[in-house]
Amino acid sequence: MVDFMLNGEVVTASSEADTPLLWVLREELKLRGTKFGCGIAQCGACTVHIDGRPMRSCVTPVSAVAGRAVTTIEGLATPVGEALKTAWTEVQVPQCGYCQSGQIMQAAGLLESNPTPSDEEIVASMNGNLCRCMAYPRIKKAIKTAASGGVLS
Amino acid sequence: MKNQRQGLSRRSFIAGVAGSSLMMSMGSLVSGCSSEQASQALSSGDLSKAFAPNIWFEINGAGEVLINIVRAEMGQHVGTSLAQIVADELGADWSKVSFKHVDTDPKWGVMVTGGSWSVHTSFTQLSQAGAAGRTVIIDAASKLMGVPAKACSAENGVVSAGDRSLTFAEIVSNGDFSRSISEEELAAMPVKTAAQRNIIGQNLQNRDVEAKSQGDAVYGLDTELPGMAYAMPLLPPTRYGSRIVAIDDSAAKSIAGYIGAVQINDPTQTVQACVVVAAETMPAALKAAKAVRVEWVPGPTALVTEADIVAEGERLAADPEQGALFVNEGDVLAAKAQASVALSATYTTSTALHFTMEPQNALVEFDSEGRCHIHAGNQWQSLILPVLAQALEMPEADIVIHQYYLGGGYGRRLFGDQMIPAALAARSLGRPVKLIFDRASDSRFDCVRSPSVCTLEAFFDSDGALTGVDHAVVAGWPTKSMAPFFLGPGIDGKGEVDGFSVNGADHWYTLPSHRVRTMNNALAQETFLPGWLRAVGPGWVSWGVESFFDEIADQQGADPVALRLQLLDAAGKNAGDNAKTVGGAQRLAAVLKDVTSRAEWGRQMPANEGLGVAVGHGQERGMPTWVACVAHVAVDVASGEVALKKLWQTIDVGTVVNPDGAMAQAEGAALWGVSLALHEGARFDAGEVAEQNLDRYTPLRMRDVPELDIAFVDSQEFPSGLGEPPLIPVAPAIGNAVFAASGQRVRRLPIRLA
Repeated sequence: MVDFMLNGEVVTASSEADTPLLWVLREELKLRGTKFGCGIAQCGACTVHIDGRPMRSCVTPVSAVAGRAVTTIEGLATPVGEALKTAWTEVQVPQCGYCQSGQIMQAAGLLESNPTPSDEEIVASMNGNLCRCMAYPRIKKAIKTAASGGVLS
Repeated sequence: MKNQRQGLSRRSFIAGVAGSSLMMSMGSLVSGCSSEQASQALSSGDLSKAFAPNIWFEINGAGEVLINIVRAEMGQHVGTSLAQIVADELGADWSKVSFKHVDTDPKWGVMVTGGSWSVHTSFTQLSQAGAAGRTVIIDAASKLMGVPAKACSAENGVVSAGDRSLTFAEIVSNGDFSRSISEEELAAMPVKTAAQRNIIGQNLQNRDVEAKSQGDAVYGLDTELPGMAYAMPLLPPTRYGSRIVAIDDSAAKSIAGYIGAVQINDPTQTVQACVVVAAETMPAALKAAKAVRVEWVPGPTALVTEADIVAEGERLAADPEQGALFVNEGDVLAAKAQASVALSATYTTSTALHFTMEPQNALVEFDSEGRCHIHAGNQWQSLILPVLAQALEMPEADIVIHQYYLGGGYGRRLFGDQMIPAALAARSLGRPVKLIFDRASDSRFDCVRSPSVCTLEAFFDSDGALTGVDHAVVAGWPTKSMAPFFLGPGIDGKGEVDGFSVNGADHWYTLPSHRVRTMNNALAQETFLPGWLRAVGPGWVSWGVESFFDEIADQQGADPVALRLQLLDAAGKNAGDNAKTVGGAQRLAAVLKDVTSRAEWGRQMPANEGLGVAVGHGQERGMPTWVACVAHVAVDVASGEVALKKLWQTIDVGTVVNPDGAMAQAEGAALWGVSLALHEGARFDAGEVAEQNLDRYTPLRMRDVPELDIAFVDSQEFPSGLGEPPLIPVAPAIGNAVFAASGQRVRRLPIRLA
């Protein structure tokens, strides 16, 4: 049994301690916006926030979040999160869309710590998130849109 | 592909009222059934004995339009584009239009999403169906208003005549509708001119994007059923011919929730020597999959390497006795015999993985009536359904594939082979089974893009004039294994051709003589399941062709653009001969001129930098999408690193239905081209792909994205397809730019300079 804060509410996970957080979120707690991609922390589709920082849930054992705050795409309701979700729609970022929860969570982590990132800072932060549809130009554009207060360039 | 229902008569359009909704459908009457009976069947909700619809939409009493979409949504926003075509002709209010992606049902006929076909192959029918719907609505409105139908027009969900008007909601609620429109009337149905359209050509928001921006979109992997078991596959060391000797699950038995290991016996042999490990929870399945030990005797290809497959391709290409004729214009053998100078080069591409972000998965349940329900995103349901029927030894009509968003398609989900072990395991365990491939299994089970070999020879007379080109194309053929009904003979009636694996070799350059031989690489075919990967044959064929025409230009001391423009003279067969190919090579020359102008072709470049050019003409000669591309690279002479600084494209796809969606497809396809040119490639080693996850397989990342400058030609011609064509010229443009920058000619993908 592991207790942690999930999207603002205390939850108790009954999965074994070494279970990847990803599968606890998806299959035990039924929050399926967080995606399984590679299983080795190399694609970013499983990105969630742990105490506000983007982390790869596929390699994070659930025991590691005991007593900590986990936020998933479903619970990302901060001003930055809302701005990003809106920008994602306005810029028409997603193609297949499968990686986009992870992209948004990663981008939210960036903008929370750096509200006005340069192009280089965006690339440095986002490079670990694979988009197989290669919607990268629009991901970058949407981050800049959200960072500039939602005004499309 | 044959229509799956027998006894169909000619196409017609029927309308009928069901409840408070107006149902409208275009399709074929079942023979012996009148259109009146079909309209009644439409109203009753059961068309099965009367009508085979391929387009079906309805307008409810609130004036809301719901359109059934048979194509799969995998990032191309196809539902939005297809709905725009219907809605425009219908005169609908776009804000009241919605659609759904349908599950399989025999009534839909062939269900396939690939080949960049969707808009191209649907445009005429969707336009006619929309126009027929408009006619039905206007007829009813004219009676309600007591004015002639000729005086009425439909726009934005309202039918107007002079100062009178009725909304679609009012018309549907009060009108009289039972009617049909014959094939002749459909053919004569006035469809809008480009100037009359007000939904086609608009940057309307794609309807799938909001859910995908909120984490709400449901993919196959996100599905769940009560009582389902979680399962993972254990795959043999070779795709074919391996044999299970022993399954030892003693170490798994202590795992809480472990159910068992199921040996999959697939009567179709599509999936061989596979074991499915099942457990009550996903964590238990993950552990059990590691704990179960399977001993296999490997199949005969257990030692095959990438180099072996390429060597076999080169051997076949070099053997003049091999292959079927795909092109044979003029007398290329005479050109060869009389040549003063000949130029020859061989180009290869490496194995490439689809690597869809959503790994393969399927959730299968047999219901109380024995029907099999499969929950999984899929691109070609009509291809896998008969295989499933054979594998499960049950009628195809009792199997339903439920559609979801696809977490990437790119051709991988054209084949639903993962459904087979899932379904057999569900039957064996007597409960719903959700089979999930981990990433390595997904890569090992992938129907990869085959390694390919193109050998080209050019012949020149004593004046240095080009007299002919001889081309041999060798690869593993997806069609041969998965869709053999698409194979055909060579143009002389001899041999066997997979058009999907050689398309692009029938290019639009006018040559004095031109021959293309195509042949299957049997070693590839035996070692793995070759797949259709985004851009398919033109993706590797044009790498050879467009690199080689640069070599020809170099041989002749000509400018690569000038040479291409000279050969794109639109003479003879290259003139274009119907509405889909109208303009022919002229349109390719036009995009080439445009892109080279925008890229300032011919300008002085800094040291170790260069521009390269290439063209592409879509997936098939009969549905050309005209693309020209210029790449700007910088080569680090010391390290051999190639940096792609900028990519320009000009694209003529005819009428563009959704410009922003089209641009998104072009951006994605072009970057796929970059990725396959510079970043990703796999190798077969010991009979399977060595690169199974992102630690070794390295698709393009954000850091690698070049500056993109993509422009579309403003055209009112018939729409072609866009999901793949912008990929095609990218690799040769980059290769040609590397030559311009460094003098090094690259002939292998991915590009690696020594």
